[in-house]
Parts: sequence; structure tokens; C-alpha cells
Amino acid sequence: MAGKSTNGSAPKSRWAAGVTPYAEMGYWEPDYEPKPTDILCAFRFVPQEGVEPIEAAAAIAGESSTATWTVVWTDRLTAHEHYQAKCYRVVPVPGSDQFIAYIAYDLDLFEEGSIANLTSSIIGNVFGFKALKSLRLEDMRIPPHYTKTFQGPAHGIVMEREYLNKYGRPLLGATTKPKLGLSARNYGRVVYEALRGGLDFVKDDENINSQPFMRWRDRFLFCMEAVNKAQAATGEIKGHYLNVTAGTMEDMYERAEFAKEIGSVIVMIDLTIGYTAIQSMAKWARKSGVILHLHRAGHSTYTRQKTHGVSFRVIAKWMRLAGVDHIHAGTVVGKLEGDPATTKGYYTTLRDDKIAADPSIGLYFEQDWASMPGVMPVASGGIHAGQMHQLLHLLGEDTILQFGGGTIGHPDGIADGATANRVAVEAMIQARNAGRDYLREGPEILADAARWSPSLKKALEIWKDITFNFESTDVPDAVVTPTA
Amino acid sequence: MRITQGTFSHLPDFTDEQVRAQVQYCLDNDWPVSVEFSDDPHPRNVYWEMWGLPMFEAKDAAAVMLEIDGCRKAHPETYVRVSGYDRRLGRQTTALSFIVQRPSHEPGFRLDRQEAADRQVRYSTHAYATDRPAGERYR
Repeated sequence: MAGKSTNGSAPKSRWAAGVTPYAEMGYWEPDYEPKPTDILCAFRFVPQEGVEPIEAAAAIAGESSTATWTVVWTDRLTAHEHYQAKCYRVVPVPGSDQFIAYIAYDLDLFEEGSIANLTSSIIGNVFGFKALKSLRLEDMRIPPHYTKTFQGPAHGIVMEREYLNKYGRPLLGATTKPKLGLSARNYGRVVYEALRGGLDFVKDDENINSQPFMRWRDRFLFCMEAVNKAQAATGEIKGHYLNVTAGTMEDMYERAEFAKEIGSVIVMIDLTIGYTAIQSMAKWARKSGVILHLHRAGHSTYTRQKTHGVSFRVIAKWMRLAGVDHIHAGTVVGKLEGDPATTKGYYTTLRDDKIAADPSIGLYFEQDWASMPGVMPVASGGIHAGQMHQLLHLLGEDTILQFGGGTIGHPDGIADGATANRVAVEAMIQARNAGRDYLREGPEILADAARWSPSLKKALEIWKDITFNFESTDVPDAVVTPTA
Repeated sequence: MRITQGTFSHLPDFTDEQVRAQVQYCLDNDWPVSVEFSDDPHPRNVYWEMWGLPMFEAKDAAAVMLEIDGCRKAHPETYVRVSGYDRRLGRQTTALSFIVQRPSHEPGFRLDRQEAADRQVRYSTHAYATDRPAGERYR
């Protein structure tokens, strides 16, 4: 068992029956030079009392690749050195009982183009391993050799912008509220008002599927009436993310096909449908010319705590491989968890092509996407027009800002709420492009626009003091020292 | 109605000084600027007429402003848009695109509905302006 050491007695032969420490079975190789084709992982772990960190790290490598708890002679029928994952570095996290283990996996361990297979190996059994108090997959380096076996985003950021004919600014959205209980007809009213007021998209919430108060087909029909009417009212392409999440693939395909047939530019799925279902829907979305939005429902159960689970930056990578076009990735300033540096790391992971390792934003490895299109990150949850300068500064231009309450809660109505957000984003982009220090002068830029936009004026008044300042649970270990 | 295509269509129409600032931003980013015009405002009308080629050589916003003016004078009562193009690997697409001239009257769109079976409706967006032949609209 891990933790028991043979120190003090003669080392046991590698192949003698019984239990041999993982570190002595080839899972700890401090001299190993990772190959360009290897998949690399960084795990944060806390060993149980009395377990040597190196043995614990070797156990992680072993249990996430070829090992079992005891020596098996059948290993000798294989080129086992090739298939064994190799932990090549263990570093303590200063000021804590944690360590980071760097582990290399040969490409042959994984089936091409399968997130399910990749994750069954790497996060399959090892997270319940008794010798560890806690374990977290912090980051992965996916080499182009593996990346190229995945479809990737059905359309990607560039294609989405060209399809929608919208450039040079963040896109704007809103989630229909209340999220549960509206009839299909009333639901479509919210969609129409928000779109005609100036939003680009409205969205179903993650838990809007096909409940007794509103069945999916009715919602789809009323929403498309709203989308088309708003399109004619503005002369601009509009969309509503029709959530096709359902209990079976057959149901999801049926709903997605119907959405396509009635002309929706976009459909939506939830992370809860599972990795394989997501990959299937991504294939469908590419084939069908429909943009695919992913809501990360459920992710906080395993991404939020810093000592155990899987970092969202890893989920973001998997979802880019799996092939979604949009994914919720945090707002920093809104109501949900999101440290600025960590969130920047997610956005970089989703959008850029060649990414350098950068501990200050939580990126442990370089990542080369080999021209795989980017995923549009979506910022949603407790944001409003008065934060526009901060949102643009923190999240950039290739993002979708979703103002649900910040649109529908406007005192003069939904369309006014939408207009406030659209005016705010355009005014901020104009100011930024014209060379103004928009982050510092943001409130002034918004106040100027509010002079001629009564919708924005009201929005700024009602939400002026709303902030969500709570400490983040997930922050990078590295702190950037400001230089003078 | 006011069509809201383009990056800044929810703001009041830009003055020439404001247009120039945006053009300069494009040039500073090494985005060649192009000028296009159209009298078909349909949201799916992708290809507006090109007012010459994209200005790959222009380094100064003043040169672009001359072309914008030329296009406006030659085609009054049409839409004119200015776009910056980002040729970098991974982008290779429009980076910014905004309307700098509109017809004085924008009649908007009719939404045609064709009722089909099973409560489905086939929608079509019809620009009133395109009831007349190209070149004779907005007069």
C-alpha cells in the first residue's frame, strides 16, 4: 500500500509478488524529459500523514495509468515502461501542506477524439485514492498530435461573427427570467423585448428543458416568433439559445433538428449531459450550421475548491476539444466565483491559439491549439451596464456579456434594459478605440452617454452600488509582484 | 426605423471627427480599412458594393476620410459602412465595421409569415426599400 516504505530493508525485486511502492515501479522518473507528444498534467495533492510526497505523486501517476495496488506478472507481457505514466517533478506549494505533481502520459494511452476516454484515465479512479487527502487536476498540456484528433468548435469565434455579421464589440445576451414557471407565450415576450431593445441573444436557462409549465416545442415556436419579429424590427441578426438538453440523445437530436428546421441560428446544451453527448451535439452542430452554446451547469461541484476536484481551466480545454462554440467562463465582477487572474487564464485558454505557461494566471503549461478555432467565453451572472468598463477591461472583446436581471429588471421594461446595455457597450468601445483611458474614465463615459440615453440613465441609477465583493476560493499560487 | 447593423448603431450618428478616430484606431492596429455601400439593408445582405479595394497602403486617417467622402457624395441616400480588417493568423476577418451614412428615411422591414402545418410558421424578412430596383431605392 502506498505509504508503506521498504526503507531499511533490501529493495524488493520489481517483479516479486506482493506490494511494491509506486515510486519504485517506474512511476517516478525525476530524469524523464517529456516528449512533445506527451499529454502533461499538473495535479495539486495533499498526501495522508506519513505518506512521502514522492510516493504519493508516483501513486497518482500509477493509478491514472497502468497500475493496480499489487504487482501483477501480466505487466511483463507488455512494453510497460511505455504505458506507465511518469511523474517527473514534485514541488511543494509554499505555506501549505500541498504539492504539485507533474506527470507525463504517453499518447498511446488515449483513444483519438474521445474526451470520455481521456477523462476515464486521468480522473477515473485516482481521485478516491485513500493515500491522498485531496487531489486536484490543475492543468493539462494537450499536444497538437492529440488536439488534431478532435473536431473542435463547431464554428468558432470567427465564423460566428461572420455568420451573425457582428464585429468589434462584445456580444450581448440575457437569460430569460424568471427561469421557471413562465408559459411559452409569456416567455417569448421576454425574448422579443430584449432583442428589439438591442441584445444580440436571449438564452434559455440551464434548467429550462421541457417541464409541465412549458413544453419544449411550444417554447421553440414562440421564441422563433420573437426572434424573427425582433430581426425585422431592427434589421439585425438575432438569436435565442434554445436549450435542447434532454434525458436521451434521441430526444436531444429531435429538439435540435426542430430548432434548425424553424430557423434558429443557435441551440444550447448543459454540461450535465456528459462529455460524449456534448461531442455528439458538436458534430451535429457543425453538420447543421447551428451555433452550439454550452452552459456549465454543475461544474462548481468539482471546480471551485482549490484542493480537490478539477480546475475549470481543464474543463475549458476539454470543451474546446469537444467542440462547443460558447461556454460560460465567469464574470469576475458578477455574483459567481471568479478571481480576475484565474478567470483571465480561462479566457486565454478558450480564445488564443499559442499560449505560453503563465503561473500568474494559473496556466501551468504552454498550450498549442494548432489553429483549432476559439470558443466564445460567456460572462453571466449578476452583471450590469454600470460595470461595462470593468467587463471590457477584464474580459476583452470576444466575449458574450449576459445581463439577465440587468436587462429584465430595468424599471422601464425589458427593451429599455436591453438598450441600456447596448448603449453602454458601444459607448465604451468607441471611447476605448478613440484612445481614452476607459477603465479609469468608465463612469464618466457612461454618464456622458446617459445624458442622451434615458434607458442607460435609469439603469445606472438603479444598479449603481451593486457589487459582489467576496473572497475567491480559487486563486493562482503565484502572485505577481508589481514592478515600479 | 433605424437599422442597428454595425458596431456603433445604438449611438448617435458619428461626426467626421469621431469617424476619423475610429479609422485611426484601425490603422494603428494595422487593419486595412475599406468603404462599402448598399441600398439593400437586409440583415443577410453580406456583400455590399466595394468603394474601391481595401486601402492596404493607407497609413493616415485623412486619406481614408477622403474616400469615405467620395463614396458619400457619389452615393447619397444609401448606406455606407467602414470596416477594418484583421489579417492576422487566427483572425483573418473583419475587426470593426460601422455605418457612416444612412438614407434620410429608413422604411424598415415587413415580417412575412407563411403558416405551415403543426403550428409552424415560415418567416421571411422583407425590406420595403427593395420593392424598387437597385439604384432607385431611397429616392
